[in-house]
Amino acid sequence: MSTPSKHTDTSPAAQREQGVSTLIRKRHKLEAGEMLRRLEHEFPDNPKAMEYFYNLFRQTYCEGLPPQTDKPLVGNMCVQVPDELIRACGGLPVRLCNGTHTLEQVGAENLPARTCPLIKATMGGFQSRAVAPFDKLTLVVNPTTCDQKKKASEQIREMGHELYLLEYPPVKDSEAAREYWRATVRQFARALPRYTGQRLTRRRLKQALGEIDRAQAEYRRLQKIRRSAPAPILGKDVFLVTGAYFFDDLARWTEALACLNDELESRVAAGFSAAQKRAPRILFTGSPPIFPNFKLPLLIESSGAVVVADEVCSSNRMLNDRVAVDEWFLYDMVDAIADRYLKPCTCPIFDTSVDRQRRLLELAQQHQVDGVVYQAFSGCQVYELEHRTVTAALQAEGLPVMYIETDYSPDDVGQLSTRIEAFIESIKARKRKI
Amino acid sequence: MKRIREFLDHAEIRRFRFWIQLAAFVLLVYGGYFAINLGNSLPTFACAFNGEGRGGICYLLPLQHQTHTSWENLFGWRGMMLVTGLLTFVAWLIVLNKAWCGYVCPLGTIQDWLTRLRQRLGLRYSRYSETTLRRIRPIKFILLALLILIPFAMVNPILGTTLHGDMNTPFCKICPARMVLPVFAGDFSQWTVDFSTRTAMTMTALGMAITGFFFIGSFMRRRFFCLFCPMSALHYLFKPIALLRLQKDGDKCTRCGNCYRVCDMEIKAIADDVQRKEIMTDDCMMCFKCVAACPEEDALKVTFLKAPLYRSTEKGFEIRTQQATSESKGQS
Repeated sequence: MSTPSKHTDTSPAAQREQGVSTLIRKRHKLEAGEMLRRLEHEFPDNPKAMEYFYNLFRQTYCEGLPPQTDKPLVGNMCVQVPDELIRACGGLPVRLCNGTHTLEQVGAENLPARTCPLIKATMGGFQSRAVAPFDKLTLVVNPTTCDQKKKASEQIREMGHELYLLEYPPVKDSEAAREYWRATVRQFARALPRYTGQRLTRRRLKQALGEIDRAQAEYRRLQKIRRSAPAPILGKDVFLVTGAYFFDDLARWTEALACLNDELESRVAAGFSAAQKRAPRILFTGSPPIFPNFKLPLLIESSGAVVVADEVCSSNRMLNDRVAVDEWFLYDMVDAIADRYLKPCTCPIFDTSVDRQRRLLELAQQHQVDGVVYQAFSGCQVYELEHRTVTAALQAEGLPVMYIETDYSPDDVGQLSTRIEAFIESIKARKRKI
Repeated sequence: MKRIREFLDHAEIRRFRFWIQLAAFVLLVYGGYFAINLGNSLPTFACAFNGEGRGGICYLLPLQHQTHTSWENLFGWRGMMLVTGLLTFVAWLIVLNKAWCGYVCPLGTIQDWLTRLRQRLGLRYSRYSETTLRRIRPIKFILLALLILIPFAMVNPILGTTLHGDMNTPFCKICPARMVLPVFAGDFSQWTVDFSTRTAMTMTALGMAITGFFFIGSFMRRRFFCLFCPMSALHYLFKPIALLRLQKDGDKCTRCGNCYRVCDMEIKAIADDVQRKEIMTDDCMMCFKCVAACPEEDALKVTFLKAPLYRSTEKGFEIRTQQATSESKGQS
């Protein structure tokens, strides 16, 4: 990896590059700061335990504090990268999927116009290396999930990053797909120590598995709390909590979430409502809201509804599914972990959306949902393609669905807020009739 | 009530099963010494050849005796015996259903001990492909048909001829339980090849060979012999009237495959089938490891007369995982 030597190199090109980096950092900081301000101050009665998360994001995004770790950073391009293995090998997994409009604009320079904003922003991060964690990655792990991420590999390598390609099957039901993916993950398990410098042992993997399951248990507790009506917490806060999982220290994150859960449980017991008592309950699905792109969740919640559940890869899909192991040998664990990242996955890249439909219906039922908001990033072909079947399945169960195609730019906010307000009003009208 | 519920749901099924299996093993293999006799229609491999020690007799032996009858007698007293035997068998069976295999069967328990031994030696188990399993699956039904038809064909001429007299109780001759279980009472007399006639020699030699496969197979693969067991096939015929049931709520299933991976019998339907409520298949032995491995609340459950005995719960899953991962050493 080539690290730009900031202080010694004084050629005009390097100075220009430095100037650009500084500009990006400044805008990045402004964008994140503005979003944090809105999350904190535009809504009353935030849970006290959310302080930790607001501060964490402020430190990381605005004050530019580097991750406090001496572990090698292993960047994940997707939710399908087995974190357990990275942790067991002594690395710190950080999710690189990026949500900043600033970086989206940087990345757009070298990508086709109709590229997904998430890819653009992530590529902008790789290209500029202006912000953490893109400036100090030991390794980038990229699963061959959607075409855009897959094709990004070439450019990421050209930019001088070390990249490991994780071959991921395009279907998940067949025995061949399972075997293919297991082979990929086994190979990854053997290759990882070369980058992180720590051998993978049975004891370490078992420990990593236990720690992640502990975090997942706490996440599931939050989910259970979100089922109660009236809603004790707003969706914007939950997205921030799960967004922190991308880069935070695992034990600290779990502890902070446990505190939040305790507080929310007492809120539920006291009958506290984070939104209006009869606020429409929304299930959020589709392309992931990633900090600071909480455009849609904020529009929904400032229009008087509350996001009570989600089915996105920055939240539910990342933390919901847990691993059971029969015999605790190293490669039994590795196989079990591999299964977790393929079999229950509801990513739209697969041939069918049946599992996603079932997950959505189950969530809608558990969380007493009144309506569904389906976000598709313009350029994310698979989410756009799946929209018809998924919407039909939800509508068949009497759930109104709003499909929104958008990106990270703030240009469409006015137009979107009109549509969302109308959608929420129609749900309210429906509820009154019943 | 809530406490009992939690105690059951949070149970570590493996340990529980280990002790139940051990108790059942002692009862069926040594029960005779304590004057215990549970009759001769047991739906499990309580081997009759285990002389004085046996605490009851496996139903397959009397079944093979009772079908060793002429066509005329079948509608007389012999038929009556067949019916009463079958009714007693069913009465035993419906209470525990296939849990007779997972919790009681001494031959199954021995296979689980072999599995533990393999684990101690640090060896991973082998798996079969879906295709292999699909090919193996009908064998147990064929064995069941044969063990009924062969004794019948010894008395009643089919195609103008009857089978040789040494073909009686054909399944017992090739069943590994006949050789393995008496050993626990110090009796090695079954470990012989009978050279008296060609038929006897073939059958007993086949039995020896199968016992060899039994040891090798179940050391390498969890519950190897159960894939071929005709008793398991016979159990399955009475599935609709069983009181103990394994049920699945497909809506709650994420098809993550945890249950399939821990399944000794490698039953894929347990993970993939989201339509069927009665999820017990012909290969299932009702060990309920799948329920313990399921992280979804109430997706899998064991019921007795519709009352839930054991359910998959988030909390139970968490407790079991934390227990397993916090042990610094030790086996599963």
